[in-house]
Amino acid sequence: MALQVLTANRLRDGAVVYLSPDGSWVERVAAARAESAPEAVARLEAAGRAAVVAREVVEPYPIAVEQGEDGRLIPVRYRERIRAEGPSIRLQCDEEAA
Amino acid sequence: MPLIKHGRFAADLWTVYADDAPLQPDIPAVVSLARFLAQRAALTASALDLGVRLEPGEHPQALAEALDRLALVQLHFPSFTDGRAYSYARLLRQRYRYRGEVRAVGHVLRDQYLFMARAGFDAFETPPGETAQKWRQAVRAVGPAYQPAADDRRPVWAERRTHPERAPSQ
Amino acid sequence: MYRYDAFDAAFVRQRTEQFRDQVARRLSGELTEEEFKPLRLMNGLYLQLHAYMLRVAIPYGTLDSRQLRKLAHIARTYDKGYGHFTTRQNIQFNWPALVDVPSILEELAEVEMHAIQTSGNCIRNVTADHYAGAVAGEVEDPRIWAEIIRQWSSLHPEFSFLPRKFKIAVTGTTHDRAAVKLHDIGLVLTRDAAGAVGFQVLVGGGQGRTPMVAKTLRDFLPKERLLSYLEAILRTYNLLGRRDNKYKARIKILVHEVGIEEVRRLVEAEWEAIGRETSLDLPEAERARIAAHFAPPDLTPRPAEPPALVEALATHRPFRHWLRSNVKPHRTPGYAVVDVSLKPIGGAPGDMTDAQMEALADLADRHSLGEIRVSHAQNLVLPHVAREDLPALHRGLAAAGLATGNNRLVSDIIACPGLDYCALANARSIPIAQRISERFADLDRQADIGPLEIKISGCINACGHHHVGHIGLLGVDRKGEEAYQITLGGRADENAAIGRIVGPAFDADGAVAAVETIVETYLEERLGPDESFLAAVERLGLAPFKARLYPDKRAA
Ligand code: SF4
Repeated sequence: MALQVLTANRLRDGAVVYLSPDGSWVERVAAARAESAPEAVARLEAAGRAAVVAREVVEPYPIAVEQGEDGRLIPVRYRERIRAEGPSIRLQCDEEAA
Repeated sequence: MPLIKHGRFAADLWTVYADDAPLQPDIPAVVSLARFLAQRAALTASALDLGVRLEPGEHPQALAEALDRLALVQLHFPSFTDGRAYSYARLLRQRYRYRGEVRAVGHVLRDQYLFMARAGFDAFETPPGETAQKWRQAVRAVGPAYQPAADDRRPVWAERRTHPERAPSQ
Repeated sequence: MYRYDAFDAAFVRQRTEQFRDQVARRLSGELTEEEFKPLRLMNGLYLQLHAYMLRVAIPYGTLDSRQLRKLAHIARTYDKGYGHFTTRQNIQFNWPALVDVPSILEELAEVEMHAIQTSGNCIRNVTADHYAGAVAGEVEDPRIWAEIIRQWSSLHPEFSFLPRKFKIAVTGTTHDRAAVKLHDIGLVLTRDAAGAVGFQVLVGGGQGRTPMVAKTLRDFLPKERLLSYLEAILRTYNLLGRRDNKYKARIKILVHEVGIEEVRRLVEAEWEAIGRETSLDLPEAERARIAAHFAPPDLTPRPAEPPALVEALATHRPFRHWLRSNVKPHRTPGYAVVDVSLKPIGGAPGDMTDAQMEALADLADRHSLGEIRVSHAQNLVLPHVAREDLPALHRGLAAAGLATGNNRLVSDIIACPGLDYCALANARSIPIAQRISERFADLDRQADIGPLEIKISGCINACGHHHVGHIGLLGVDRKGEEAYQITLGGRADENAAIGRIVGPAFDADGAVAAVETIVETYLEERLGPDESFLAAVERLGLAPFKARLYPDKRAA
């Protein structure tokens, strides 16, 4: 099985988060816990369901990731890459600040 | 399922029968539309208290001629997203002038009581743990009503003329 | 414009409190996400790709400067300093925290705004011509009727769980700027032979997966009977609209499947029955009360060619461009209706920063009686500007980055948020719009090309109105890659038509190049500068464009 991490949105503010090795939810995909064995991915998903019940996150699901050249985790699908990195366009407010 | 009727808890005296179950004497009976139509003569001639349960897609027009004989019409929400029963309730009240109990059954959620009460429902099979107080709060959550419906709220446009400065409170 | 009385204010305040309670119940675990979702959607709160998104209604596109300042304040305080104006006269905030939303709604209520029914399977924010009350030739101001519908549809006890969402648009002129033929119900104010005012009622238009142009349900409905007739249409739809397949649940499918004659028969029968039962139609006094809020401003005619304007025209090129494309005649001589572009070259269509909102609010106070409009083309409008103020207004807009003179030109692109924000998207829309806009940056070239509406959607939901773009681009997923299907010849006006697909989809680079090829083909083939792009496509058909776009497929 390809390498997977678990993602979700945080309930309180909607932020995109990933399940980290210590069980907390972090905003950087690079800090996520990646698994490839089916049982381990199933454990990620179970942790996600528990976090939904605990009202930490909503709509958790696993996504495929790969390791970039520097070893950092990068989502495979471009949708997830945009989700991880934010809108691909320059925001108008950035423009103003520049 | 706590039953709330006219804003208070009420005992549920009715039994809903499957289409092939024999009716017990002296127990108020709710039957499906199909059974009611099939056995209409016998049912209406009996001494039983009678109710009919309508599913989405079963227009109350089918009951129009028999409503005098019915003490209860249940409108079933298989899912809260299916809103046909709101139209049925208004039709029962406003077109067929039905005065008996119109009860919401099935997927009935607190945040819908207000819509249901306004559409003409007066009885609610509520989720476990519901309280009459919460029911009342939910129905009063938004006071002003912009349109006439099947309840006794006067629409805002009528209130404006009589009490131009006074808005209803929660 | 309309002002809340004590009833309207209480309604919005209580609705806000109700939502505050719903959010609290969600956070405490009393409500699951499944139960909460329809409740938050009824208040315009989505969960998008990156965060929650709050969609705030701008009823029939009318705003005042105080409200625009409040939107700026919300963008700055609760969001990342900008908002996005949509094709439905709404503004979307892309980054609010769930815990803040009740406070945002409370702040909105302070300025008579809300997010009620901006989502969900209910009657959505009612839209209207963005030039309403400012241009000549109106039968009546359509906003009077849009406000009447807004009130009637608010928390409607029967129509809040419809088979699908329901959109109503109103126009007061025969030249349609509100795309009424692409709505579930379109209302065109008109007069009968005796001069009485009423509506032509259209039904069953829409975009999405199955685009359809609305059909006429009734040629003339006396205006005072509007609400009972709408109730009859909505009830017919609520009872008979399909609920087994969400892609077949809109009223357009009902009209398509049972036929317009049958829908008409059902609606008329229902209407007659309703008429016997209750009186739903507003009394004359209430109609007059609402209409009074939209009384035309008291403007005295001013000089049409004031010296300041003549001088600016002679000396300032950007002003000339802007005057030619963004300034439209007002009903009062010496005044103008000004389109404020939210499409700077290379910008994100419809986005506006907090600072820009505040600058525009100031300019509206100074030059447009404090009034602002929001158009479905994701631009804003200052509806009442004296022509002698135009040079000063232009300077003010330019300082805020709002003076691009490209109204209805090739860089005035409609684009939905697409995959940069939207959880449903197949492909990005905004970067494509930005690149096309950069290719055609030169305003002289744009003016030479003439009116050309490009519309881009990131998926088949068609929020970017691609079906009715003169050139439409639809984002599709082609084996995990973003790709764009191009249509030509769509239009959203009184002659509404659905664009036709030219051929296989292009990748992002290919799509941008294809738009340029299409424009070049038009320039070569047109009979002269007076033949618009749309007229040329209608005359030529797709063949010459296909031949240039797909040179290998000779028989396309
Ligand atoms: S058209 Fe699709 S991608 Fe664009 S905003 Fe609508 S749903 Fe999202």
